[in-house]
Amino acid sequence: MEEATTPIEPSAAATEVGAAGTDAHAEAAAAHAPHGHHGPPTGFIRKYIFSIDHKVIGIQYLLLAIFAAFTGMFMSVLMRLNLTWPGHKWTILETIFPLGAPGGVMTPEFYLSLVTMHGTMMVFFVLTTAPQGGFGNYFLPIQVGAEDMAFPVLNMLSFWVTLVGLLVLISAIFVEGSTIVGNTDFVNNFLGGGGTGTLGPIGGWTGYPPLSALGKVAGPGQGAGATLWITSIAIFCIASLLGALNFITTLLNMRTRGMSLMRMPLTCWSWFTTAILALLAFPVLLAAGVLLLLDRHAGTSFFIPGGLVFNDVVQAHKGGSPILWQHLFWFFGHPEVYIAILPGMGATSHILSTFARKPVFGYRAMVFAMFAIGLLGFFVWGHHMFISGMDPRTSIAFSVLTLSIGVPSAIKTFNWLGTLWGAKIRFTVPMMFAIGFVSLFVAGGITGLVLGQTSLDLFIHDGYFVLAHFHLVMGVAAIFGMFAGVYFWFPKMFGRMMSERLGQLHFWPTFIGVYCIFVPMHIMGIVGMPRRYASFQEYDFLRPLDPLVLLVTIAAIVTAAAQFIFLFNFIWSIFKGKRASGNPWEATTLEWVTPTTPPPHDNFGGHLPTVYRGPYEFAVPDAPEDYVMQTTPDAGEGNVAAAGAGQGSGQGVQGSSGNGHNGQH
Amino acid sequence: MGRALGVLIWLLTIGSVWLFVNGRWWLPPYISEHGPAYDRQFMITIIVVGLSFAAAQIGLGWAVWRYGARGNRGERAVYSHGNNRLEIIWTAITALIFITLGLMGQRVWAQLHLNEAPAGSTKVHVVAQQFQWNFHYPGADKNFGRTDPNLVKDAELNFVGLDEQDANAKDDQVVTTLAVPVGRPVELTLESKDVTHDLFVPELRYKQDVVPGMAIKMHFTLTKEGRFELACAELCGQLHYKMKSYLIALPANVYDELVAMPQAQFQGRITQLIKEYPLGIRQGAATTAALR
Repeated sequence: MEEATTPIEPSAAATEVGAAGTDAHAEAAAAHAPHGHHGPPTGFIRKYIFSIDHKVIGIQYLLLAIFAAFTGMFMSVLMRLNLTWPGHKWTILETIFPLGAPGGVMTPEFYLSLVTMHGTMMVFFVLTTAPQGGFGNYFLPIQVGAEDMAFPVLNMLSFWVTLVGLLVLISAIFVEGSTIVGNTDFVNNFLGGGGTGTLGPIGGWTGYPPLSALGKVAGPGQGAGATLWITSIAIFCIASLLGALNFITTLLNMRTRGMSLMRMPLTCWSWFTTAILALLAFPVLLAAGVLLLLDRHAGTSFFIPGGLVFNDVVQAHKGGSPILWQHLFWFFGHPEVYIAILPGMGATSHILSTFARKPVFGYRAMVFAMFAIGLLGFFVWGHHMFISGMDPRTSIAFSVLTLSIGVPSAIKTFNWLGTLWGAKIRFTVPMMFAIGFVSLFVAGGITGLVLGQTSLDLFIHDGYFVLAHFHLVMGVAAIFGMFAGVYFWFPKMFGRMMSERLGQLHFWPTFIGVYCIFVPMHIMGIVGMPRRYASFQEYDFLRPLDPLVLLVTIAAIVTAAAQFIFLFNFIWSIFKGKRASGNPWEATTLEWVTPTTPPPHDNFGGHLPTVYRGPYEFAVPDAPEDYVMQTTPDAGEGNVAAAGAGQGSGQGVQGSSGNGHNGQH
Repeated sequence: MGRALGVLIWLLTIGSVWLFVNGRWWLPPYISEHGPAYDRQFMITIIVVGLSFAAAQIGLGWAVWRYGARGNRGERAVYSHGNNRLEIIWTAITALIFITLGLMGQRVWAQLHLNEAPAGSTKVHVVAQQFQWNFHYPGADKNFGRTDPNLVKDAELNFVGLDEQDANAKDDQVVTTLAVPVGRPVELTLESKDVTHDLFVPELRYKQDVVPGMAIKMHFTLTKEGRFELACAELCGQLHYKMKSYLIALPANVYDELVAMPQAQFQGRITQLIKEYPLGIRQGAATTAALR
């Protein structure tokens, strides 16, 4: 056994898991020994506000995401109302948005600002924040057996920077939506002017220039709101970058003894892959965002070509390319799709196995598939741009690569089904959502086969078919992964169970609802309905879709209403839920062996656990229970202090011999 | 609970498939030469997608129905970490299907995009602007007059900045409706005055971004007469949803007469044609003859 103070040297040993007796110990964990660790904070502010405890930060991220999710959802309901009953007077709307909905009727630019803010809110502050920043922060260190993230202060910083990003985004609503804030000197002189009655910019979350680059000349919602919107995204990029560094370092260097890479829960693999994607993708968006800001405010022309005419006035810009933005944006934007969905895949694998009471089918294939998806994800951004005017030969290469990314996605689906085959499923609420994830991932992902073909994009690009596809797969499926995660980990995070009955009441209408919302949208796309239309009244060919438009809106309202059951359950259970035991689900991984629930400040009470086996040892023949904890030593290791099913007693765990155990089962 | 969930997954699968096969909503009829090939490839893909979707959901529903724990905690699941042979088989099959589809999916694209428009194609310049389509015809001389952004005067109806001094510009026409002949190759050159737009006619089976700073060419040949809605499919600002025009597909001789007319007459004739052609494909040659 190595000395506890041996310098960090994880990778070589850690990856050699094939041979017996090469269990890696993450010396880093020991290097990050209890005495060197920051002690538990005592004051309220250091404990709950400016906390450097990864668990508190995880919860902060989660709460931020829940706030953003409900805001984004509210916006989507407003959009549906406008599409279904155009011109209807919603008196209450006038009270809230006197400029955006004069007389209670939503203006087209108000609608488009809803589109933009909904997308930005959901993609960045929900889908990127909750699965990675929330659950990843809370559980990655615990699941690998570390006391905290590698850089706790950086971790705190990444949350607070994210919050600043969100506040800047929200401020875009006020500078555009109100004449009071929107007409101050600062807004007019430095931000490009506001008060246009929108809720921020109206260029969509993709913000294509020149529309987004020219300022007020391009129409309402392109002034101060757009400036703040880009600034918000740039801030978010920095936060994600900080977070990603932390995740990668923690995972590589701070695994506890015996936690070889191939013994990590699939959740950790998913957070790790996601962090790598974020590390490589966000800087590109950051650069693009800065260039766009320069175009708007410094007179540069990165994305603006010459000879543009607005109201008979030729613009001064020249030499830029609108398509350059699209390349930069989608170079980030496509990996972003996987940043949103990979943690959901990890959580689903983890939860499916736990409640199937069966090991994950093809663990190794799952890991490779995740990496394949991550890697290929960097070479397919062009499929967002087939009809953008870029070289059509390039499109063919992107198209074939895109179709091939379906292969690892299919492998994952097969393996989930394989995990369920021959299982003894316990239908808890997290399991319902995990099964829902698989169903929705298939439903949403499979249409990638249609959209990935250059030829078929000639008709369906930029229409409701795409909208349906990505909402199902990166929106709804990813959110089902989050719900599964919340219901599953809530007992560990708050020490209480969420109500099972309310959880079921939440699941059923949500699952049926999202199908009723998004499957009909594919049909709308096949008929030819274009995206981002404030009204469908102008076109005769869209008339036959009216009944579907109504169906989708009703389903959206019902589904949105059902989310309040979740919100109530979440808040109520924090205070009044049934007390949770240390391992209520009879799961096997390290988050369930912490000495207290919720875990103490340093997670394991000063004694890091030793890991003896892979993460999903369910239904092991001849074992006393139908699950074997990762910390349970093999038979014949009786002298080792029990770190088993329960609450690691500590003594000797650190000192026991972790060597010589083969992690492969 | 498990059985209910299994049944629900099956019901949702049936409902989803029904939406695709009930025949009430589908692609609009095609009007271009590449239309049949497009529709065939679309249909093949949708069938593969539909079968894969149904198979996966039925399998998931079955697993959920069949493998629920029955209350007896003593029962254990099958202890298995997977099956490499199965992994290899299903990976190979999926890869084969997906890549084949991917390669097939390039045909229509290659035909339209990797070939130049045939010589002698009818040429029209499309100039998009916030929330209006302008179509610039070369006139009887078949040469487009010079345009210059500095000459744009929307109030004087010079939307494309046509240089009246240029000899080629004398007979040019600019209207807001796209008229093209049936049975002859057509080449459009797409330009934008301000932001990115997208030319989309559902029946044409063609969408193409109109990017400022670029002159993007697209070509096609129409096979059916009629009048069709032409929409903008790339978010271009406040009134994006109203940026509408029409594509009128005319018999070649009607088209030839039209483009020989000077601007004012051209404009009047287009207005008349919009009235004469109801929306959709125009059936029968008799009506075509009557038009002349």
